[in-house]
Amino acid sequence: MAYPSDRKYTKQHEWIQVSGTTGSVGITDHAQEELGDIVFVELPKVGSEVTAGKTFGSVESVKAVSDLYSPASGTVTETNGTLATSPETVNKDPHGSWMMKITLKNSAELDALLSSADYEKFVAEEGGH
Amino acid sequence: MGAKMVDFNGWDMPVEYPASIGGGVINEHMAVRTGVGIFDVSHMGDIRLAGPEALAAVQHISMNDASRLAVGQAQYSALLYPQGTFVDDVIVHRLGEDQYLLVINAGTREKDFNWVRDNTRNFDCAVENLSDDFTQIAIQGPKGVDVLQKLTDADLSTVKFYWVTRGSVCGLKNILIARTGYTAEDGFEIYIPADEAASARVWNEVLSAGKEFAIVPCGLGARNTLRLEGKLPLYGHEISDTINVWEAGLDRFCKMEKPDFIGRAALEKAKAEGVKRTLVGLEMTERGIARDGYKVLNSDSDGREIGYVTSGSPAPFLKKNIALAYGPPAFAAVGTPVKVEIRGQGVGAQVVPTPFYKRPKKA
Repeated sequence: MAYPSDRKYTKQHEWIQVSGTTGSVGITDHAQEELGDIVFVELPKVGSEVTAGKTFGSVESVKAVSDLYSPASGTVTETNGTLATSPETVNKDPHGSWMMKITLKNSAELDALLSSADYEKFVAEEGGH
Repeated sequence: MGAKMVDFNGWDMPVEYPASIGGGVINEHMAVRTGVGIFDVSHMGDIRLAGPEALAAVQHISMNDASRLAVGQAQYSALLYPQGTFVDDVIVHRLGEDQYLLVINAGTREKDFNWVRDNTRNFDCAVENLSDDFTQIAIQGPKGVDVLQKLTDADLSTVKFYWVTRGSVCGLKNILIARTGYTAEDGFEIYIPADEAASARVWNEVLSAGKEFAIVPCGLGARNTLRLEGKLPLYGHEISDTINVWEAGLDRFCKMEKPDFIGRAALEKAKAEGVKRTLVGLEMTERGIARDGYKVLNSDSDGREIGYVTSGSPAPFLKKNIALAYGPPAFAAVGTPVKVEIRGQGVGAQVVPTPFYKRPKKA
């Protein structure tokens, strides 16, 4: 699976696509595949602060709850309402399903994230099985 | 087959199969409810009691009344400790005049066998642990009978639910075929000799025979959501060595009119004292999924803890988030509002009738 090069990735399998000072955040295809059918997405309130590397919400499959980690720090400006009624869209289109948009506090944080090539390599190494 | 595997009580088992072959917990669950699914349940244990006093032995350790079983008939029951709490739940099958097969949980195989052997020493009957001798395959769903009929010479139309028969299956002779299961659907469980090659062949033949019915291989994930919708207990959750028969609501499988069985005296006493907690069904009324171990709270402003969730999950067929929970009898009335604590927040739920799902009666 080719990971889009128009964004950066975390080792916790989130992606962030930046436009100006706004970052759109979602989870990768690898993440949705590991999770299985997603039945619930819990997102932060608009206006709340998120911190790079800290949890901003959670995603649930039938069997388990998984935390979501923010790739960058900032203020939440929008959350994707369709995920409340149709959480399965994350499985169908993980790279097209943004979960939250944030106004970046510090763009320099993005430098610490993985490029699509590095993320692809990371997933392949982590895979092993 | 590319399934996501997990360790289950020492067994390497599939949680769910790949979407590319029709798998995924939700797909597998729906296949069993509307068509047919196949499960490898060889992890379950098998104990055979045979001999002149086999019935008396079973009656001593099992709470249901095995004397009601005709040859070829099965019943749900449980083995109890003297305190009236659960060693394990079990399906008792009467295979012959003096022959009974107990099918027990995987996680309690050794404990159960030791318990059965130790508590039947005074009865003239042989107790054998046959758990490793059998591969057990479950074919579950409304189309299960159609699939299995293609592979056996036994006339399945004569086998009622919770009855067994023997016949050739995939060319293997004298195979035990039971119309039982853990999915709250019609279906069969077949017990074939634990020969790896033969077992794999049978598995593949069932998949082939089931192709026209869109058969799906099913893992533990769907096994759990299916049994939860049907309010079938899971050891360690709804039943355990600290929970008694009345609390678990399994009264109808406990025949107190039997002269004696292990646990009877304690249950008599417990009945007189009244239950302090009871198992209820919950349905989430606000957004959230109640899961095993989550606290159940009073829905009043004090939000005090009143119980806990034994099993909770999304219900794929019902499209609701459901749970079984222990709580005080005062909160057990259908419609009672409660809250479930999910990541620190009380989320609204209400008590609903159980089972959550009952399979439709055939016309």
